[in-house]
Amino acid sequence: MPIKTVKEAINDALVQSFENDKNVILMGEDIAGGKGREQYQGTQDAWGGPFGVTQGLFTKFGAERVRDTTIAEAGFFGAAVGAAMTGLRPIVELMYVDFAGVCFDQMMNQAAKVRYMFGGKQKVPMVVRTVVGAGFRAGSEHSQTLYSLYTHIPGLKVVAPYDAYDAKGLLLASIQDDDPVIFMEHKRLYMTKCEVPDDLKPIPLGKGKIRKSGNDITIIAIQRMNLFAEEAAKKLAEDSINCEIIDPRTYSPLDEELIFESVKKTGKVIVVDESNPKCSLASEITSLISEKCFSDLKSPVAKITAPHTPVPFSPPMEDYYIPSAEKIINVAKNF
Amino acid sequence: MDKKKLNWIYKKLFTIRFFEERIKKIAKEKTVPGYLHTCIGSEAICVGVMAALNNDDWISSTYRNHGHAIAKDCDLKKITSEIYGRKTGICKGRGGSMHISDFDRGMLGSFGIVAAGPPVVLGAALQEKINNGKKMSVSFFGDGAIHNGAFHEAAGLAQLWNIPMLFVCENNGYAEATATDWHLNTKELSDISKAYDMKSYQGNGNDVFEVYKITNEAIIESKNNEIPIFLEFKNYRFSGQYEGDTQLYQPKEEIEEAKNNDPIKLAIENSINHGLNADKLEEIKNIALNEVNEAFKYAETQPWPDPEDALKEVYVSYPKENI
Repeated sequence: MPIKTVKEAINDALVQSFENDKNVILMGEDIAGGKGREQYQGTQDAWGGPFGVTQGLFTKFGAERVRDTTIAEAGFFGAAVGAAMTGLRPIVELMYVDFAGVCFDQMMNQAAKVRYMFGGKQKVPMVVRTVVGAGFRAGSEHSQTLYSLYTHIPGLKVVAPYDAYDAKGLLLASIQDDDPVIFMEHKRLYMTKCEVPDDLKPIPLGKGKIRKSGNDITIIAIQRMNLFAEEAAKKLAEDSINCEIIDPRTYSPLDEELIFESVKKTGKVIVVDESNPKCSLASEITSLISEKCFSDLKSPVAKITAPHTPVPFSPPMEDYYIPSAEKIINVAKNF
Repeated sequence: MDKKKLNWIYKKLFTIRFFEERIKKIAKEKTVPGYLHTCIGSEAICVGVMAALNNDDWISSTYRNHGHAIAKDCDLKKITSEIYGRKTGICKGRGGSMHISDFDRGMLGSFGIVAAGPPVVLGAALQEKINNGKKMSVSFFGDGAIHNGAFHEAAGLAQLWNIPMLFVCENNGYAEATATDWHLNTKELSDISKAYDMKSYQGNGNDVFEVYKITNEAIIESKNNEIPIFLEFKNYRFSGQYEGDTQLYQPKEEIEEAKNNDPIKLAIENSINHGLNADKLEEIKNIALNEVNEAFKYAETQPWPDPEDALKEVYVSYPKENI
């Protein structure tokens, strides 16, 4: 079976979606890039976005469907809403999720609400692909995760794959979905690899995944935190602590049942989220567990998150900011 | 102009005026819930632009949308029922006065956020371009919206991508409570389009026939040359920003002077030139008044939505237990 990076898997899903549906278009800043002036032509398709994820699409599918935009997110996000309502399936790229602020109105008040507010006649089948995550030494304005910001809004769906397999399957599903979907790609996961079948089917949104089965502790890991959860679980196994790792994969809708079943089995829960702690996915999941599984809990739910600070730049500070396998192990051993 | 269109224009002008006067009345009586924004003074722009459009052409409107919805031939009873918050409202009671919209009539939406419309209409127009569609795309907004980034971002992209669409600015003298000469320091409002090298035309927004003519020509030019066009129609906002607004910022002399150019008054004066005699005019007026009365009678008696209807149609598909 072919081994793919997350980046390649996403590119594959895009190519496949473009081939299968002529209504799929892509808009974003530098998603092709490098189209030169008339006199001195630069290398066409030089960038494929800052992480090279969309490289090749411009050459393959042309300027009509693959549109380099101005640095004007409100403009092209709003355009995606209008294009989606009238029959296209636009994918727009928000270069970093940290730029959400300049086009949040288009997502919060238009994409999310037109169907509801105008009586249910419209649908907005658009996908926002965006890059999230700390650990890239990218500073406070290029490193956030902001999962809960979008999850909070009724009308939006939120997807955040961990590995290449899920990235491809979930992106295929997101593009086929008739609701607006925020698809979050973690920049520190782009180069991670796993087996991805060429004929992978779309993975339905709202279905979580048990990454490892176990009976002693449930670790609910948000996106990249699965990496640390797996590391921690391996170490803890040496002490005969058998962890179950749950990757919710999509945060709206959230596979609550999968979480509750695991909690009922283990009675001990650690939620790991690299976002800021207040009103976060971690606090949401913790609250759901206390509402629905209170009598199953043997101990209070433990949350491991970033502190309530912006993402710092300097490596020692940023490493301190991000949750780690060590932090998970410490909490697990103290249950 | 053919008789049918002429009658339609007059009927719509009267309908909007009668409708909004009735809204002002019920606003005072406080018999409907929520915010109300009326468009008295905008009738010629609503009707003149829509007269140049086909029924299924795309438009976006704003929270001051009653006139646009009526001129777009949305069902008057359902519009009224929506304003009353009833189950049979055009948006099933989920929108209210600020969000009157019917997608089946090409209304992409009536947005409560200033300048939300232009980018959305750009998207519809882009879709038409990609699919070789024939529908025109028109965004309505007020003079207040031209300072907002979303307008400028849409204008820049529309020009860059050669998108046929109309940016229709209703320059009614006020952005909420701020007069245009307090918020704008270009000689003319439409000068703003020069930054994008975008074609623009100005017209008297009180003269429905001038609005119609300019819009008609702009649509042809926009489609033929594959370009966006900016239209500025000047008029006067007789209504306050919202019903209940004291309008202390609007000088009495200014309002009196504006009455000389009231779009309904001008249209009545012009009717003879267009071959519409006094009897016919009176007949159209009565039909319009009757339809408005019927619409309010209908709305008043409609059932409220079931409270649980609040949970419907947030998504196309979503697990039920998660809402």
